[in-house]
Amino acid sequence: MKTFRKGGIHPSENKLSAGAAIEEFALPDVVVLPLSQHIGAPATPVVAVGDHVVVGQLVAEATGFVSARVHASVSGTVVAIEPRLNPQGIKQPAIVIRREEDQWAPEIDRSQRVVTECVLSGAEIIEKIRRAGIVGLGGATFPTHVKLTIPAGRKAEFVIVNGAECEPYLTSDQRVMTERSGEVVEGARLLAKALGVTRVLIGIENNKPEAIARMTEAAARYPEIEVVPLRMKYPQGGEKQLIAALTGREVPPPPALPIDVGAVVSNASTVLAVYEAVQKDKPLVERVVTVTGKGLKEPKNLLVRLGTPMSALIEVAGGLPEGDCKVLGGGPMMGRAMIQLDAPVTKGCSGITVLSGADASRQPAQTCIKCAKCVAACPMGLEPYLLSKGAQRQKWEALEAGDVTSCIECGCCQATCPAHLPLLDWIRLGKQTVSGMIRARAMAQTSRK
Amino acid sequence: MMNADKVKNLIVAPSPHVQTTQTTQSIMRDVLIALLPALLVSTWAFGWRVIGITALSVVCCVGFEYLIQRFVVRGASTVGNLSAAVTGVLLAFNLPVTIPWWIVVIGAFVAIAVAKMTFGGLGKNPFNPAIVGRVFLLIAYPVQMTSFATDAFTGATPLAAMKFSPVFAGAELGDLFIGNVAGSLGEVAAGALLLGFAYLLWRRVITWHIPVTIFITMALFAFFVAWGRGWTGAALWEFPMFHLLAGGAMLGAIFMATDYVTSPMTVRGGVIYAVGIGALTMCFRLWGAYPEGMSFAILIMNATVPLINKYVKNRRFGVK
Repeated sequence: MKTFRKGGIHPSENKLSAGAAIEEFALPDVVVLPLSQHIGAPATPVVAVGDHVVVGQLVAEATGFVSARVHASVSGTVVAIEPRLNPQGIKQPAIVIRREEDQWAPEIDRSQRVVTECVLSGAEIIEKIRRAGIVGLGGATFPTHVKLTIPAGRKAEFVIVNGAECEPYLTSDQRVMTERSGEVVEGARLLAKALGVTRVLIGIENNKPEAIARMTEAAARYPEIEVVPLRMKYPQGGEKQLIAALTGREVPPPPALPIDVGAVVSNASTVLAVYEAVQKDKPLVERVVTVTGKGLKEPKNLLVRLGTPMSALIEVAGGLPEGDCKVLGGGPMMGRAMIQLDAPVTKGCSGITVLSGADASRQPAQTCIKCAKCVAACPMGLEPYLLSKGAQRQKWEALEAGDVTSCIECGCCQATCPAHLPLLDWIRLGKQTVSGMIRARAMAQTSRK
Repeated sequence: MMNADKVKNLIVAPSPHVQTTQTTQSIMRDVLIALLPALLVSTWAFGWRVIGITALSVVCCVGFEYLIQRFVVRGASTVGNLSAAVTGVLLAFNLPVTIPWWIVVIGAFVAIAVAKMTFGGLGKNPFNPAIVGRVFLLIAYPVQMTSFATDAFTGATPLAAMKFSPVFAGAELGDLFIGNVAGSLGEVAAGALLLGFAYLLWRRVITWHIPVTIFITMALFAFFVAWGRGWTGAALWEFPMFHLLAGGAMLGAIFMATDYVTSPMTVRGGVIYAVGIGALTMCFRLWGAYPEGMSFAILIMNATVPLINKYVKNRRFGVK
C-alpha cells in the first residue's frame, strides 16, 4: 500500500457521516456571498442593490489574475452589498441576495447525463474554469485556473486527484467520489487535457473502500487514469505528502511548488466542479458540506448553495448539543474554530465539525519531557519542540535556520504531544514572523537594485 | 439566529483540535506497569524484602520531590506525573537485596534532589536520576552495593564470577532468563524485563530502536571478543547471550537508556547513542574495574545527548 514515508500520525477516524448519502439542502431564503472566498484579491461586484439575478449569474468579477469570480447561488434580488461577519467574527464585504424561486441561467445544463467527449482546447478548458470561479475546494481555496497556468520552464507530468480526505470526521470528498465517480473521472480527464498530461493518479485512503471501488470502475475504460489506494495515515492528503506517496517525488522546501516536480494536485470535489464548469457550463454555486460531530443527532453530507448560513446546516443535523461546544470550519486537525455560526458556507468549506464535551477543550499543558514524539510525527522532518521554544524566545534567526517556513501546519506535533503543549500555536507565530522577515528582505533587495 | 445561550458557550482555539490520550502521567504509569513482572520475579527470587526496598525507595523519591517542589521551588506539586515513582522503582532495582535501609534513603536523595530537581525537575535533567543515585552509592558504599549473598544465593553475581575467571566455563542461560541468580533486584530476570519491553512497545511508550541496538552492539562485541580469544563451538553464541542476560543489560537497555529526557530526539541519534552504550558497557565489563558497566555507559552517553541532538537531525522533507 502506498503512503508518504516521513512522520504522520493516526488520529481516530470518526467518519460518522461516511454512510450518509448526499442530500440536497433546502434553498435558503437569503444568501451572503463574500467577495473573498479564495486566496488572492477580493472580487469586484458587478451588480447593484436592487438588481435581479438568476442562479449562475456573475455577481463579482475577479480582480486581477490571482482572484476568482463569484456567482449568484440563488435567484432573487440583490438586497445589500456590505461588510458581513465571517465565521471568525471579522466583517468582510459581501453580496446579499434575497431568494425568489429557483431560476437558473439558461446556458447551464442541469441534466444528469455524463458528458465524456470534449472538443475544447487546453486553453479553452482553463478559460472555462476561470469563468466558473473555481478554487481549491479542499480548503486552500487557491484559484484553480492559476494553478493550471504552468509557469515558463516547468512542465506538468501528472494530474493528481486528491481523494485522500485524511482529516478525521470529514466525508464530503468520499461521498462525491462514491456517488459521482463518473463525473469526477471526466473532470480529471479534462484537467489532463488542459495540461497536455497523459498520466492521472487518483489517491484515496483505504478507509474508503466504496469510493475506491466506484472510482476504479469509472476509470477502468481510461488506461491513463490510475486509482491508487493509500494507507490510512494523516496527513496523507497534504499536497506534498500525496505527491510523495503517489510519485515518490518530494517537493523541495519553499518557495518550490508541486509543479517543480511535475505535479498538479486538485481535490476530488474541485475536479467535480471542473467537470460541471466545462461540460455543463455550471459555475461554482454549490458544494457538498459534511456536517458532523459526536454530539449531533444526524451527521449528514449536504449539497449546499454557497452563502447559506452554517447555523441552518447544524440545525438540520440535529442542532448543537448541550454544554461546551467547539464548532469548526473543516475537520479537527486543520479546521478553524468559529464564533459566528450565522456566517455563510463559502467555497472552501468542506465540512462543519462540532466537538462537544471533553473534546471541545484543550488539556492543560505540562512540561516537555523530550519524548521526541513530535519529531517522529513531523511529516516535514522538522523539530517542532525546538521551533516552538524558539518562537517563545523570539529567536527568529534560529527558527529560519530550523526551516520553520517548511511547516505545513498539519498539527501532527501538537496532536501527538503527551504534555499537551501548544506547539503549533507557537510555530505558527514563528512561521508568520519569519515569512515576514523573508519578504521584507526580498523587498529591500529589489528596491536597492 | 442561533439560540443565544448556546452561542456563548462556543470554545475557540487554533488547530489542531484533537489531542492524544497519552499524558506524562499515563506514560509513567505504563512504565510502572512494565516494571511489575520484574518486581514479582525479584520477590520470588529474593523474598519480601524486595517489596520493602522498592516501597521505601519510591516513598523517598516521591517525598523528596514533593518537599523540594513545595519548599524550595515553590511551584505546583509535580509528584502526580509519577516520574518520581518511576525513578524510585528503578533505583531500587539497581540495589542488592541486602542493602541497608538508610542507604536507600541516601540514594533516593541523590537521585531526586541532586540529579533531578537541581536542574529544574522533570524534562530538564541531563542525567538519568536513578543511575546517578546508583553510581553515587556504588562509589560511596562499594561493600554494601556489591554484597549479593542471601539465603537463596551465595557468592558472586554471574558477571563477577565471569570477570575473575580466566576461561569461559559456560553459563546457566536458563537461570539468567528466569531469575534464578544473584544480582540487584531488577537485574535477575531477563524474561520478566522483556515482557515489560513488549508492553512498552505495545503501548507506544518507547520504540524498539535504542534497546535492540544496545543488544545487537553488545552481542556483536561479545562475539568478536570470544572469537578473538580463539573460542569455538557453543561459547561463540553462549558468551554473547550471557552478556545480554546477565547483570543490568536488560534493565538498562529497556528502562534506563530509553528515558525520554536523557536520550536523543531522533531515531538516528538514538541508534548512535545506543551503539555507544553497548560498546562502552562491554569495555567496562571486560576491562574495567567493576564487573558491571551498564550504568557508567548510560551516564557517559547521557552526556553526549546534547551534542547528538545538535548534529544528528532528521532529513528535511524535499531535501536530499
